[in-house]
Amino acid sequence: MSHREYSSDTFRIIGKPRVRIDALSKVTGQTLFADDISLPRMLHCKLLRSSLPHALIETVDVSRASAHPGVQLVLTGEDFPVEYGILPVSQDERPLCRDKVRFVGDPVAAVIACDEQTACEALSLIDVSYQPLPTIATVAEALQATEAPLQNYAEEHNIHRRLAYSFGDVDEALAQADHVFEDTFLYEGNTHMAMEQHASVAATDPDGRVTLWSSTQCPHYVHRALAKALEMPAAHIRVIACPNGGGFGGKTDPFNHEIVVTKASMLLGRPVKICLTRQEVFYCHRGRHQVTMKFRTGVNNDGKLTGMHLQTLLDGGAYGSYGIASTFYTTALQPVTYQLPRYSWEACRVFTNKPPSGPKRGHGTPQPRFGQEVQLDKIAEKLQIDPAKLRLGMIAPANSLTCNFLKVGTIGLAECIDRVVSRSGWKDKHKKLPRGRGVGLACGAYMSGAGTAIYWNKMPHSGVQIKLDRSGAVTVYCGATDVGQGSDDVLVSLVTEVLGIETIDVKCVTGDTDLTPVDLGSYSSRVTLMMGNAAIEAAERARDLIASAVAEKLEIAVDHIGFAERLVFDVEDPNRNMTFQQAVICAEEKHGTMATTGSYAPPKSAARFPGGGVGPSPTYSYTAAVAEVEVDEASGVVEVTRIYIAHDIGRSLNPVQVEGQVIGGVYMGVGEALMEESGSRRLPPKLSDALVHDNPSMLEYKTLTMHDMPEVCVDIIENPDPNGPFGAKEVGQGPLLPIMPAIANAIFDAVGVRVDEVPITPVKVLKALEMQAAGHDARVGPKAFPNIEWPQAMFVLPPWEGGDGKASNRPERKRAAKMHTMDKVKGASEQT
Amino acid sequence: MSGSKKVQLHLNVNNEDMHVLVESSKTLLEVLREDLTLTGTKHGCELGECGACTVLKDGKPVLSCLLLALECEDAQIETIEGLADKDQLHPLQLAFAQHGGLQCGYCTPGMLMTAKALLENEARPTRAQIREALSGNLCRCTGYQQVIESVEEAAITIEETENSAAGVKS
Repeated sequence: MSHREYSSDTFRIIGKPRVRIDALSKVTGQTLFADDISLPRMLHCKLLRSSLPHALIETVDVSRASAHPGVQLVLTGEDFPVEYGILPVSQDERPLCRDKVRFVGDPVAAVIACDEQTACEALSLIDVSYQPLPTIATVAEALQATEAPLQNYAEEHNIHRRLAYSFGDVDEALAQADHVFEDTFLYEGNTHMAMEQHASVAATDPDGRVTLWSSTQCPHYVHRALAKALEMPAAHIRVIACPNGGGFGGKTDPFNHEIVVTKASMLLGRPVKICLTRQEVFYCHRGRHQVTMKFRTGVNNDGKLTGMHLQTLLDGGAYGSYGIASTFYTTALQPVTYQLPRYSWEACRVFTNKPPSGPKRGHGTPQPRFGQEVQLDKIAEKLQIDPAKLRLGMIAPANSLTCNFLKVGTIGLAECIDRVVSRSGWKDKHKKLPRGRGVGLACGAYMSGAGTAIYWNKMPHSGVQIKLDRSGAVTVYCGATDVGQGSDDVLVSLVTEVLGIETIDVKCVTGDTDLTPVDLGSYSSRVTLMMGNAAIEAAERARDLIASAVAEKLEIAVDHIGFAERLVFDVEDPNRNMTFQQAVICAEEKHGTMATTGSYAPPKSAARFPGGGVGPSPTYSYTAAVAEVEVDEASGVVEVTRIYIAHDIGRSLNPVQVEGQVIGGVYMGVGEALMEESGSRRLPPKLSDALVHDNPSMLEYKTLTMHDMPEVCVDIIENPDPNGPFGAKEVGQGPLLPIMPAIANAIFDAVGVRVDEVPITPVKVLKALEMQAAGHDARVGPKAFPNIEWPQAMFVLPPWEGGDGKASNRPERKRAAKMHTMDKVKGASEQT
Repeated sequence: MSGSKKVQLHLNVNNEDMHVLVESSKTLLEVLREDLTLTGTKHGCELGECGACTVLKDGKPVLSCLLLALECEDAQIETIEGLADKDQLHPLQLAFAQHGGLQCGYCTPGMLMTAKALLENEARPTRAQIREALSGNLCRCTGYQQVIESVEEAAITIEETENSAAGVKS
């Protein structure tokens, strides 16, 4: 083995502020995004989308469109007999709808023509005859009996799925608590609005193989969907993920347009391109689910939680998408942020005739995080405990199991809280600022990668190959996809660090299913950790091969070989060295052609109950934030003047990028808190009464501009996690989580009203202020959680009550365990 | 086939004279990207909402998606491809690269062109002036803070370079 001590003192690349490897290409406009690709003989595709929210398709007559000059091909649902979908349990999509449309925007037909203009003209020549069905516009409607459910696999009515779990006897925990707080919240849906519109180009070679270039976060899943939907061997399909112009979860589903252009290219033998309009992107959605939530939380006078019961109701829109996972995520991670001795939850996702909801930054967790953090603020207020102190008292010990059997590694939350409290001057501001100004605090935690793949398999989640040769060049291959977060930079920097060379010496090839080993994709904040660990393994194997050859050549003990400054040397006598290129030549002489691999699979989950696969992660990041706001009581406008945020990242690989991710998360959080909302409305009955997107443009869908963005004060907490590459944890999603509740809590501190809804619009603030002025309970938010018939909860005994991670519905065991367990819980919480 | 009439157009793009036969209905954005293969200029909405397609027309930032190409006859157009002077990057490009002014890079060309116009009119803009000038350029990745810092850094670099050049002359 070669010399392999790493520490922040010896890192040459890691942890140093550095220009990311793709920066110069991006500032010169040379980065090729999917729509920048143009191929000889390329044709253009446009999709005809349903104008009705729910209808049976009776006939689709394409004869006039097919005859339109310049049109090469018209496709309909009849051309696509096979269904697909991201999750194995919800294969409910078709590239083009066959029998039924389920939302305004569902694609019905495709025209492939010489140019976009011609294709658009031909769309208007397609005659579709629909038989309208009743529209399901809200979650309330979806819960009711219907004769025409959107999906035939719905559990009942338009209920996609109901889930119920109980980790210990929560009723007892609440009954024994000094106080029980009951609160309902509403978090409206919102969308990613990545700057780049989705685009794809497909090209077929004469041998019958096909290549798809696409703005996708998950080329591997697109690859699988193409193979299934087109009924052809995956080995004959190549998917290349272009650099994404932002993703945020919006490009993680395989999309109908990707399958359509691939099929069209194969039928025509010519390249076919599609670029969605911005309006189409809004209708593709897959964004944040609207979630209604109810929390019942038991608290003792000392501020310790005894247990929590959480109910969530998700508006899933028209299709499954990642919805089952999203549903689990509205509940699964609550015990990661704070210790919960007992926890039960029920969650329900319904179908409505709206664009499908899916994963957006934080995937299912920002909604319950908002609810819990606002409820904690109410608890702190009632119990007269400082909100920061309250939270500090409920942080779980590092390397512990949660009540739902998630293995938590390093926890830097206490340090995060301390940092934002001191930096913001919290103690001098909270409850002490003049009316109209306030501060609020909130926290969060997020996964560093989902511990379970989308489809069940025992293979690596990320694979990396490294090729080296006598030129001294190093090429690293990985299926990971740079969506702007800088994953290519992470990949190159890790390999560079291990091999002691410079980033310019390392080329990376990523997101190409022909050339790169599988990486599952850019979602769940998994790439840095999983790809990173695989990259380090591959690079260390390459280093060991080189070290053994150099040790032999220079007659140095192999564990004395060091790598730095493009030299391979004796660490005892650095003058005994050779260049990296000479060293690779030695290695090629000794070992033959040089290539190494690394792979990463997450540790086995401790949860052994069905459904326990959602939530486990190799490690979790932690974040705390303090928001400072000014509330204009005349207009209800909330101005966020500053955000103080501290993020526990384990190790910061490139501080410039890490800070950018944190600020970017804050930005999106402030937008969600105050304005971002994917609404829907009915067109006037005189038109069609159709349920349409309320704001499908960048002008109508409000986001922060540079004018609105508050100053962000960032602190990075570094406490390397043994499961992370050089100790790194995620940063792409966690920093968003505390922002919305911190702002809501700051508004309460400023003017004493509670808006238990997101977004907190001026209208809602004004309404709450009016209620306050009238002497009423100054709260705007849902009054109740809908009645839902829940299934029998799956019962799992928490680890400290003797649970082994398996489900048990035996009440006698539950009762027997009860008596002695409460003492154990108290003991466990006292230890913290 | 689309029946739009084709018209001869003369543009000066990044100091190169270009004669191109374009459909009269095409926007400047389409002509730049499709006819002149200058794909560095991006589009996020094609409705004048996002700023991604910003280029300079006769030194002023314009949304190329809202401008008919024919309105640009004989105009001087500057795009991201012309921002660097051969292999010498513009100080704005260097500053964005060094200070995290970009992540996915999709809004970056428009952001850089708008910033260039700002710095040519206002050598040392205040934060408020930067926010004002760039508020029409949306970005979903960065949260803008490092973009603002990048523009400030570039302004300092440009001023220092000019001062030292002036010093050499005197």
